[in-house]
Amino acid sequence: MSMLEVKDLSIHFGGVKAVQNVTFSIDSGIVYSVIGPNGAGKTTLFNLITGVYKPTTGEIRLDGEAIGGKSPNELATRGVARTFQNLQICMNMAAIENVMVGAHLRLDRNLLKAALRFPALKRRDRELREEAAELMRFVGLEKYVETRADAMSYGALKRLEIARALAMKPRLIFLDEPAAGLNPKETIEVDHLVRKIAESGVTVVLVEHDMKMVMNLSDRILVLNYGKKLAEGTGEEIRNNPDVIAAYLGTHD
Amino acid sequence: MLAQFLQFLFSGITVGATYALAALGFTLIYNASNVINFAQGEFIMLGGMLAVFFTQMGLPLPVALMLAILIPAIVGVLVEKLAIEPVKGAETVTLIIITIGASLVIRGLTTVIFGKGTHSLPAFSGEAPIEILGATLMPQSLWVLGVTALVVVALWYFFNRTLQGKAMLATSFNRLAAELVGINTGWVLFMSFAMSAALGALGGILITPITLTSYDVGIMLGLKGFVAAVVGGLGNGLGAVVGGLLVGILEAMGAGYISSAYKDAIPFVLILFILFFMPRGLFGGKSTDRV
Amino acid sequence: MKKNAYFGLYIVIAILIVLPFVLPNSFYMDLVIRMAINAVIVLGLNLLIGFAGQISLGHAGFLGIGAYASAVLPTHFGWHPLLAMGAGAAVTGALAALVARPIFKLKGHYLAMATLGLGIIINIALRNEAQWTGGPDGMAVPAMGLFGFDLSSDKQWYWVVALLLSVSVWASLNLIDSPFGRALRALHGSEVASQVVGVDVVRYKVAIFVMSAVFASIMGSVTAHYVGFVSPNFADFFHSIELVTMVVIGGMASVYGSLVGAVLLTALPQALATFEGWETVVFGAILMLSMIFMPKGLVPTLAAKFGKGD
Repeated sequence: MSMLEVKDLSIHFGGVKAVQNVTFSIDSGIVYSVIGPNGAGKTTLFNLITGVYKPTTGEIRLDGEAIGGKSPNELATRGVARTFQNLQICMNMAAIENVMVGAHLRLDRNLLKAALRFPALKRRDRELREEAAELMRFVGLEKYVETRADAMSYGALKRLEIARALAMKPRLIFLDEPAAGLNPKETIEVDHLVRKIAESGVTVVLVEHDMKMVMNLSDRILVLNYGKKLAEGTGEEIRNNPDVIAAYLGTHD
Repeated sequence: MLAQFLQFLFSGITVGATYALAALGFTLIYNASNVINFAQGEFIMLGGMLAVFFTQMGLPLPVALMLAILIPAIVGVLVEKLAIEPVKGAETVTLIIITIGASLVIRGLTTVIFGKGTHSLPAFSGEAPIEILGATLMPQSLWVLGVTALVVVALWYFFNRTLQGKAMLATSFNRLAAELVGINTGWVLFMSFAMSAALGALGGILITPITLTSYDVGIMLGLKGFVAAVVGGLGNGLGAVVGGLLVGILEAMGAGYISSAYKDAIPFVLILFILFFMPRGLFGGKSTDRV
Repeated sequence: MKKNAYFGLYIVIAILIVLPFVLPNSFYMDLVIRMAINAVIVLGLNLLIGFAGQISLGHAGFLGIGAYASAVLPTHFGWHPLLAMGAGAAVTGALAALVARPIFKLKGHYLAMATLGLGIIINIALRNEAQWTGGPDGMAVPAMGLFGFDLSSDKQWYWVVALLLSVSVWASLNLIDSPFGRALRALHGSEVASQVVGVDVVRYKVAIFVMSAVFASIMGSVTAHYVGFVSPNFADFFHSIELVTMVVIGGMASVYGSLVGAVLLTALPQALATFEGWETVVFGAILMLSMIFMPKGLVPTLAAKFGKGD
């Protein structure tokens, strides 16, 4: 059975049909990419599946359970993590605290115990800080362990988002343009990072414009155009699909 | 029964018109700068107090009233130039404190100059009440309603039919885009504060012959104007007018039929209920955050 | 959060221990007690406004409920003051929890409006129910008895309040550097990001709102017993604004900023008494100027200048 099944999913904003009747499914353990021109509805699709938007119609199933319309924090309890195309970093916190927040659901969140500084909580927090530092090394941010988030570069913040998502210990992770705005060297690093994440057993769903990276990493690819599914298949199939070529390069009749 | 109802309705619409003018002031500034100007009430107070002062000086009524609108407008512009422009993009709570600071300065200066007494202004055209179906309507109420209606029409014309008005609207929808097409958004901010203060002052002048005025009437009038602006959905001009009238009428009805002691609480109970069920007011649209 | 955050706590405790021995007279003793009471309220309010990023313009209303519970229940019903204080806190907590769910679906100015309205309604109720509350004139509050002896002298009050303040600073420092506190700060930094990692944002906003309201209520009771008198001014809009101003002038999201803000704004009216008639003007001008030149508040501004953590 597929891990994630999306069936006839649509959302309308007023008259704009941002996503229309999109159907696909993702098997556990693969890297699945969503590509398409700007405005094709890729990020909207992510927002729908991760609960930020509520679908107008259609079905989303995770391990067979309907999750359409559930809030993001409910999805988090089911092991769904994501990063954002437009950075969503908490600039009022230290870099490492951003990562620690990712572990929210695995911690004792009691207000009273926290205010009274229960030793068990403090101990767990110290361990967590170690874990978070380890994750920051994993994504290549070892230099920034002691830094405030607002003192970091754009490229570093992109990876900080990934570290925060990984701190959730997710089963399924959505990466929204992790390489956008990065220089070629950073892009290659992110490419390696995504591969490492996939190898650790996490199912990866990727939105990315860098075609080399997409073709390199993806087991399967979904192509969206004007909110509709244009094609779906392996990299090889997508590369040779006439509709995809037309959408990207334009047709000459 | 009907006479009593009409009586409450008349007084409700009259005071509601003042709230509507204040609410329009909130709306103008909110649209231009995203600031809630907690000094709005002080312009209402200032209009009334200055009108009293200038008429007592012996100036002819029209001149006195012009001055009583012009001076608050200048004060409004000063607030914008000195206190709002330097902190562009500050946090909401910072801006709230700045405008409250401004309101304290205005109120403080008013007490230094005019003292803490209560003042009255003669009605513009006599005190002979008009009888309608057993209820009485003061001629001053007609002034309040007539002038408010005129102002609403003039504002509608300004925002829909003149280039300046359209420029102000454009800025409220998208400041950056407005700047890119060459709209001077600094000028828009300037105009919003001037117009908003003038509207508040006008309301204060019109209502003073009915309610009297003193240095401390601004807070409640201002807060109720804010309620009216939120009832209609912040930023919505028509909503502000409807909100003002609604708040005024419900307040008068509540005071008449339920409890006059709780008159001042009624607008706030109303707004809590509206916000509980319609988080963006009666006419506020739905918004979706882009992430 | 720097490791030396607790260093400031030791300094605060040291100052609190030394103060009663160096204060020249009871006037200053009284002033310091009122500063400390305000500081506890502001610490709670800063958790809400500074750390969680949620505004409240009605907190004086909660303070008023606590103060009047301590005045009305012992006077009219013969309740023990501590029981009355607890009842005030319970009522405040229940009321805050009841309204918080719908209120915290609101954002920005709508939230400001709703909290402002709530505070004003409470204030008007206190003003109108004269048969219980003495109306606009207020009413006397019986003395507080603690474990057999009466709390009456300034000295006794001082040590009670100093203890409350020290514990509050310690608890606040603990809280912000905990899973709960990180979730609060995260929902301020990015609401959607905190939701996506599993933070139920409305629950957290409600929790901190209720907690800060209960803080205010308890300290309202303490103020009532200390001053021996309550009036509706305790709960009016202007007092709510004063409390918010203490938070912002001291520094949002700064524990020690809360203390500085409370100290400065409690002392300011005393200092302004020399301006006969111009107090309001000068007070308003100070609010504006400090926000224009230090929008982040005193402690964070100074900390940034001298390169130190909060």
